[in-house]
Amino acid sequence: MRKYFTDMLEAVVTVAKGMAVTLRHIFMPSVTQQYQADEKPEERWKSLIVPEGLLNARSRMRLHVKIEDCIGCKQCEKACPIDCIYITADKRDKEEAPIFASDGTAIKLKVTQFDIDMTLCCYCALCVYPCPTDCIVMTPEYEFAESVKGNFLYRFAKEKPSPPEPKKEPVPVAVGGE
Amino acid sequence: MITRARQIEMKILPVISAAVVVGAAGLIGLIAALPAVAGLLSALIEANVPEALRPAVARGLGVAAVVGFLSLFPIFAIWFERKVAAHTQDRLGPMRVGWHGVLQSFADGIKLLFKEDIVPKWGDQILFRLAPYLVVAGTFAAFAVLPWGDGLVVSDLNIGVLYVVAIGSLNTIGTLMAGWASNNKYSLFGGMRSAAQLVSYEIPTILTLLVVIVQVGSLNLQDIVLAQQGGLFHWFIFRMFPVNLIAFVVFFICGLAETNRTPFDLPEAESELVAGFHTEYSGMRFAFFFLAEYGAMFLVSGLAVVLFLGGWQGVLSSPLVPGTLSFFAKTMFLVFVQMWLRWTLPRLRVDQLMAMCWKYLIPIAFALLIVAGFLSLPS
Repeated sequence: MRKYFTDMLEAVVTVAKGMAVTLRHIFMPSVTQQYQADEKPEERWKSLIVPEGLLNARSRMRLHVKIEDCIGCKQCEKACPIDCIYITADKRDKEEAPIFASDGTAIKLKVTQFDIDMTLCCYCALCVYPCPTDCIVMTPEYEFAESVKGNFLYRFAKEKPSPPEPKKEPVPVAVGGE
Repeated sequence: MITRARQIEMKILPVISAAVVVGAAGLIGLIAALPAVAGLLSALIEANVPEALRPAVARGLGVAAVVGFLSLFPIFAIWFERKVAAHTQDRLGPMRVGWHGVLQSFADGIKLLFKEDIVPKWGDQILFRLAPYLVVAGTFAAFAVLPWGDGLVVSDLNIGVLYVVAIGSLNTIGTLMAGWASNNKYSLFGGMRSAAQLVSYEIPTILTLLVVIVQVGSLNLQDIVLAQQGGLFHWFIFRMFPVNLIAFVVFFICGLAETNRTPFDLPEAESELVAGFHTEYSGMRFAFFFLAEYGAMFLVSGLAVVLFLGGWQGVLSSPLVPGTLSFFAKTMFLVFVQMWLRWTLPRLRVDQLMAMCWKYLIPIAFALLIVAGFLSLPS
C-alpha cells in the first residue's frame, strides 16, 4: 500500500525532472547549421569555415590534388582502400631542367595520369596522410553534384604522356635451310 | 547554384510571411476585441434582420467563427509544434518556407489538397469516407459551448459540461470507424486501442469535472467561469488547496489521453502501428484527422482553463487585458504544455495505460470527488 503512494510521488517527480530538462533544451541555442543556399557555391563553404567555424576546416569533403607538387610516388594510390586513384608516371628526361615541389622535393617523374573517381571515393582521407609533399588534400567544399557521371572522374594530370617510341622494324631473321 | 525558382521564392516568400505574421497579429487583435466585434455584429443583426431569423443568423455567425478559427488554428499549431519539437531536440525545425518557416503548414496543406484521395478497395467504402468527418465534427461541435468571454459563447447551454463530454465521444466512434473501414490490421489495432483508451479515460475525466461541478452547482460553463471571479486565488485550481490542484492534474492527464497525445498516443503509435487508425488515409481526409487532433488539443486546454484556471477571468480582480485574450493566452499555454510533454515523455505500453487509468486516476478522482463533496456541503 505504501508503494502505491510512493510510486505516484515518484511519477510526479520524475516527470517534473524530465520536463525541466526539455524546457532547458527549448531555450538552448540549436546545434543545427543552416544550409547557405542563397550564396554562391564557391563562397558558400568558405563562409561556413571562416570565421564562424561552423564547418570544421578539417572536414573531409571533396578531394583536391595540387598537381604541381605531385612527385608521382603513387603512395596515395597504394593507400586507397578502394583503389579509386589511378596514377601513371613516366621518367622525366635527364636533359630537362630540374623542377621541385613547393617543399623542395625534386620531381623526377612526369605524372601523365592522375585520376580520382569521386563516385567510388569513401572520404576516408587515407590517401592524404602518406603524401610526402602534401599535395593531395581533402577540402571542406561539399557541393559538387554533377548531372553526368563521367564528370566525377577528376583528371588532375596536366602533362601529356610522351609519344610512344617509334617501333623498330623487326630485324629479319635468317631462316636456315633444312 | 541559385535556380530561377529559388530566385522567385526569395522575392515572394518574405512578402507572404510578413502577411501571415501581420494576419496572426490581426487575429490576436480580433480575439482581444471579440466582445466589441460581437456587440457590433449583434447590433447589425438587430437592425437588419427580421426578428424570427435573428437566432438562426446569430448561430450561423457563431458557427462560421468557430469553423474559421478551427481551420486556422491547426495551421499555426502544427508549425508551433514542429518548432517546439525541434528546439527541444536542439534543432531548428522548419526554416525554409517564409520567416522561420511560418508558411510551412500552408505549403503542407496545399500539398495535401493535391494528393490523390485513396480509398482501400476492400475497405468499407462508406464508413471510410465518413470517419474523418465524424472525428472533425465531434471536435468542432464541442466548441459551441466553450465560453470565450462574458456572454461570448455560441450556444449558452445549461448542460454545457455534459454536452462537451457527450459530443466529444463522437471522436471515438470516428476513430474506431476509420480503423475498421480501412481493412488493415494496423488501423484496426489503432481503432480498438483508441476505443479502449477513450472508454477508460472518460471515467476519471468526468469524475474530475464533477469535482468542479459540486463546488459550482451548475453544468453551465459560463456559470463555472463566473464562480471564479475575483483574481488569481479565486480560480478553482487554488481553492481547497490540494484537492482542485490534483483534480486539475488528473483532468489534464485524461485530456492528453482523450486527444491521443503522447504519452498516450497508442492509437497512432507510429513505431508500432505504422500510423494507427489513419494509416490508409491520404490527402484531405488525412488532413482532417490532423485538424481534429489540433482542434481537440485546443478544446481540452480550453476546457481545463474554463474549469480550473478561471476561463476568461484575469489574474487580477480588475482585468488589465481583455477577457478573451486572457482565455486565449491561458489556453495557448496549456497547448504548449501538451507539446512540451509530448517531446518529454515516451509512449506508455497498453497495460501501463490501463493500469494508470484504473488503478491510479480513477481512485484518485473518486477520493477527490468525495472530499470536494464534503467540503462544499452547505453548512
